[in-house]
Amino acid sequence: MRTINAGEISDLVARTVVEANVKAPDDILMAFKNALKTETSPAGREIIGQLLENVKLAGDTGLPLCQDTGLAVFFVEMGADCRVEGDLYQAINKGVRQGYEKGYLRKSACHPLTRKNTGDNTPAIIHLDLVPGDKIKIRFMAKGGGSENMSRATMLTPAQGWEGIKKFVVQRVAEAGPNPCPPTIVGVGIGGTFDFAPILAKKALFRALDEKNSDPEIAAMEDELLAAVNSLGIGPMGMGGNTTSLGVKIEMAPCHIASLPLAVNIQCHSARHKEVTI
Amino acid sequence: MSETIKLTTPLKDEDILKLKTGDKVLLSGRIYTARDAAHKRLLADIDAGQEPPFELQGAVIYYVGPSPAPPGRPIGSAGPTTSYRMDTYAPTLHSMGVKASIGKGKRGDAVKEALKEHKGVYFGATGGAGALLSQRITSAKVLAYEDLGPEAIRELEVEDFPLLVVNDAFGGELYAVPRV
Repeated sequence: MRTINAGEISDLVARTVVEANVKAPDDILMAFKNALKTETSPAGREIIGQLLENVKLAGDTGLPLCQDTGLAVFFVEMGADCRVEGDLYQAINKGVRQGYEKGYLRKSACHPLTRKNTGDNTPAIIHLDLVPGDKIKIRFMAKGGGSENMSRATMLTPAQGWEGIKKFVVQRVAEAGPNPCPPTIVGVGIGGTFDFAPILAKKALFRALDEKNSDPEIAAMEDELLAAVNSLGIGPMGMGGNTTSLGVKIEMAPCHIASLPLAVNIQCHSARHKEVTI
Repeated sequence: MSETIKLTTPLKDEDILKLKTGDKVLLSGRIYTARDAAHKRLLADIDAGQEPPFELQGAVIYYVGPSPAPPGRPIGSAGPTTSYRMDTYAPTLHSMGVKASIGKGKRGDAVKEALKEHKGVYFGATGGAGALLSQRITSAKVLAYEDLGPEAIRELEVEDFPLLVVNDAFGGELYAVPRV
């Protein structure tokens, strides 16, 4: 049994939240560069050019890519053969508190009704899975509010099937229009239960843009949905064009014979996430 | 799209009336930040008979909650937030003399009507380009509601802040209509 000190986790989380907010992931940067070549609308290309410049400026100045440095969302895979000396949840929240303060990141967590800011961007949203091994894998996402607001979940009937799923996803992207900062990444969770489908959708957003679902049938569905949303003509920041989304990522799980749960979690172009292992 | 128009705040009716949807604008002067919580409090305070913390006549309101200023900089990252959440408040503010708002995303019909009625515009700035836009802000100070943290009302000095006219005073709409 390996023992990991809670302080070590806090330090790693603190560094990770800052790095993720300042440096754009390589897959996103590559997607911007490709979009600059494939985007058909001049206004859309101009926006993509600004986003590339923004990435460079954030790198040069150390400023976060976006002022909305998000709610701190974590998917943690904890090896069954390790134990944390201390409290894992507290360790992560301490890292968030330190990272958001020292990194000059915005604190966006507030009471849902009084709207009083908690002041330190905690509590983080933490999903914990137990996996084999003696390591802890921490995946962090700075999830912005604008794109989260455009996300939806629904319970379709089994009869609606793939056509119903496709219609709902495309309609959602269409209605969201310019609001979630396109070009977006669309996370789709299919199956599970009412609560599980959105978790699948969010998990899907962690996948690299060039990484399709390992199931070829689901990978083909991702391609079909991406083509459908990109034919909407919304384009970068809603200025028109063929780059409405950079990717559609589907995660699927078995569901009840009576149900077809579906969730669409939209991610803005500033898809800030980072994975570390301890 | 037409050539770039340079404007300085406070904005006047004649500034507004020469703007058309799709125009590029470089805005300079003082603008005021406010987003969800600040709007709610501002209008409640005005209702209660208090003086607003800045002159509403000709004002430009920027929907932004900036990240904290690191040492040596006036402000952190400072791009626009999604505007529709302020649709509840925008028509009232335009009726009180506010001339423009800066944000991203679609506005409701009531806002577009208010722009026509009170001669106003809605500007779009590039969402998610907060580090880039921050470079055009030369100073920032909190004017009111400091307890709201990132949502406090701030007075910003901007220089050639890059904007697009999304909705003009004539009913224009910039955003692409999705082909469903």
